[in-house]
Amino acid sequence: MLGFVWAFAQGAVLTEMAERNPNLVVVSQDMGPMSPFSEKFPDRFFDVGISEANLVGVAAGLAHGGKLPFVVAMAPFVTMRGFEQIRDDCSYNRKGVKIIAPCSGLEAGHWGATHHAVEDLALLRLIPGMTVLCPADPGEATRAVLAAAEIDGPVYIRFGYIQPIEGYEEDFVIGRAPVLREGSDVAILATGASVTEALKAHDLLKGEGVSARVLNMHSIKPIDRQAIEKAAEEIGRIVTVEEHFVNGGLGGAVAEILAELGKGRLLRLGLKDEFVMEVAPYPDILKLVGLDAESIAASARSMLG
Amino acid sequence: MPDSELTQTLEKRTAVLRRHMLTMAANGQLIHLGGSMSIAEIMAALFFHFLEVEGKERPKDHFILSKGHTVHALHACLAELGKIDADEFTRLGQMGTCLAGHPSLKAPLVEFATGSLGHGLSVGIGIALAEKLNGQGSRTVVLMGDGELQEGSVWEAALCAPRFGLENLLAIVDYNGFQANAPVGDILPLDPLEEKWRSFSWNTQVIDGHEMGSILGALEAFPASKGPTVIIANTVKGKGVPGVEGTARAHYTSLEDNEVQDALKGLEGE
Repeated sequence: MLGFVWAFAQGAVLTEMAERNPNLVVVSQDMGPMSPFSEKFPDRFFDVGISEANLVGVAAGLAHGGKLPFVVAMAPFVTMRGFEQIRDDCSYNRKGVKIIAPCSGLEAGHWGATHHAVEDLALLRLIPGMTVLCPADPGEATRAVLAAAEIDGPVYIRFGYIQPIEGYEEDFVIGRAPVLREGSDVAILATGASVTEALKAHDLLKGEGVSARVLNMHSIKPIDRQAIEKAAEEIGRIVTVEEHFVNGGLGGAVAEILAELGKGRLLRLGLKDEFVMEVAPYPDILKLVGLDAESIAASARSMLG
Repeated sequence: MPDSELTQTLEKRTAVLRRHMLTMAANGQLIHLGGSMSIAEIMAALFFHFLEVEGKERPKDHFILSKGHTVHALHACLAELGKIDADEFTRLGQMGTCLAGHPSLKAPLVEFATGSLGHGLSVGIGIALAEKLNGQGSRTVVLMGDGELQEGSVWEAALCAPRFGLENLLAIVDYNGFQANAPVGDILPLDPLEEKWRSFSWNTQVIDGHEMGSILGALEAFPASKGPTVIIANTVKGKGVPGVEGTARAHYTSLEDNEVQDALKGLEGE
């Protein structure tokens, strides 16, 4: 449950930000104390209990009253039970609510499909004015939190099973996808925790003489259209990788762009219109659904020749 | 006791609001008439007496019309405040007006766009929390419908507000007894309603929502020493329109010329 670990670790980041910005407040839903924020700023920490619709509405109201609210909430529940409040109260009413959402993707593992957030990117990508971020490692997650505070409008930050990527310190620019590995045979466009698997897949492919470009698609909305078009023009073979249904999320967004461009072949990796019914820990679930490094490498290979 | 001069002034204002709404419902324009008419007195008391709706960065006091479909009463208030032109009431929903069927950010003084029911109370909690931190003595009023209380999110919010104190939050329930298709009691009863709110640790007042003295008395009693307050206003759906008031038809209708004339006659004495 690394998404939880790193989401709660943002408590320290938010505390630092709150020392500079007296309007920063945190709204939680039985999601831990967010230490040391809640101890340092007890008047600015609101735990509204397990009530996602209310949670998002309260946060929108806080924004309306001049505050900068950061919400900490479970990804599957806040995006689905709180969806209309995100749409109406945050987006339609233009309130800058920032949502830190652990338990995203498949990180809940054996807890089962109720706890898998595999629709969140598609749902929130639909909403006008929404920014949807899916950082690849803990350092990037913090950079995404800092970036969210700097922009107007609501932001959703997905915290999945992310682990530190060695040596990765790329500046975080919303809407720009960093190229983590250059390559010319196939482009692997991954988001969130899948970036780590994509990097491993790159190394496996390299051992076989296959050159794979790896892009970190940390911004699902706005998405880096230019980077996608460049991959289509220069390489033509694109694999998307996400802990999400293949419909509507990263793969969906890339498919829309490629269809409009009229170039490029696409293979979307993710959940294929089925819930995960097996009981298994996270690493085994990745293998079951074809999102581990070996499966990604095999899929990429299948596009060649 | 509220002074009688104020009461009379606000009763006159109420009659003007109803006249505007009759104009809106004339000539085949379909509006959510019933729930707009039932809140006329409450809206007059709020907008011409209780609330300070203008401020520097944001309104001094806040008003969220959570039963957004009864926006017509709000539009009537905006005309009386000189914010919109009453001539536009014959062109509801037409291109170029700000008169949407629910509160729209296009309209002046509309703080929060609503429409889907069950959103306003949570938003009101957030505003009240923010204003407590801001420390400017601001008050937040959320006006809800009775049918709206069937939304679960209302009760998430009802459970939440007292936990944070929020003496500065006032909820008003327009208990006109009808929802879109039938009496609330036939669809999904709310009673005992006051007991429900009280058991959720709210301060409660039950008033006649068409009796200006009662409304002013309830507003004077706000804020309570501890916790948020809800005023349950017993009202009549479509109040002031003979033959329509207290019927399911009142919910969304237009009025025939003779119905408008009858209603105007009734208002002449007021």
